[in-house]
Amino acid sequence: MFDFDAGKYAAYVWPSFAITALAFGWMIADSLARARRWKREVEARTKAKT
Amino acid sequence: MFAFLANPDRFMAFSRRAAPAFGALAVLLIAAGLWYSFIAPEDYQQGDTVRIMFIHVPAAYLAMFSYICLGVASFLSLVYRHALADAAARACAPLGAVFTALALITGALWGKPMWGTWWVWDARLTSVLVLFLFWLGYMALRAAIDDETKAGRAAAILALVGLVNLPVIHFSVEWWNSLHQGATVFAAKAENRLPPSYLIPMALMALGYTSAFGSLWLVRIRAEVWRRRAAVLALQAAEG
Repeated sequence: MFDFDAGKYAAYVWPSFAITALAFGWMIADSLARARRWKREVEARTKAKT
Repeated sequence: MFAFLANPDRFMAFSRRAAPAFGALAVLLIAAGLWYSFIAPEDYQQGDTVRIMFIHVPAAYLAMFSYICLGVASFLSLVYRHALADAAARACAPLGAVFTALALITGALWGKPMWGTWWVWDARLTSVLVLFLFWLGYMALRAAIDDETKAGRAAAILALVGLVNLPVIHFSVEWWNSLHQGATVFAAKAENRLPPSYLIPMALMALGYTSAFGSLWLVRIRAEVWRRRAAVLALQAAEG
């Protein structure tokens, strides 16, 4: 059913998917890390203020 | 919609629910897109390299779509001087740069077996490279100016100038002789259009990429809003 055999083009097809997966992984990790970091910073500063 | 979301508190309440919803939708669409990508038949000319199309074309489309988003946010930031629009523009840039880089890299990996070369100074490829340089320039300009307001205004002007490049990218394959193929999704002639076995996975992946971009953009705008709030609180603490 699935065709995972890219034959002589495997050296081009699989790196394309791997690089795309890495890029998505970085975008997700970086976005969530930034949001978490600055949310904690605001919470800590708000707590210190009150 | 813009007026409703222009209020930072309303935006934060909306994005808190919308970001995971878009993220979940992206996972479903991309999973379905990958499923159809690997049951699609090999192309009679391009063989298995046709599967690169399912990740290359959505990346190229997102490169341009995200730049339109940057342009709209920059315009709203310049005209209405709205801080949330400026935050949205800043949050958009790294994502747009990554999608543009993906379009260039996957394009090169598709080009080598089909054209015999990783790169040519062709109108389509060169104009997408110019788009990538605009993303890098936008981020570099923001980082180079200490005053965030001035940095935002200067970068917004640069972003608006870069909008001129979008029609050049889109019409480059019609205006100049190009190694790059012409339009196939919205081709005028029926024989040039993609068959459903290729159109379905590409459409699913394009919608999935768009949902992923929407989710990540909202998350990054939220981070930017918190960063600015933290800066205000730090300033208040320093003033005593």
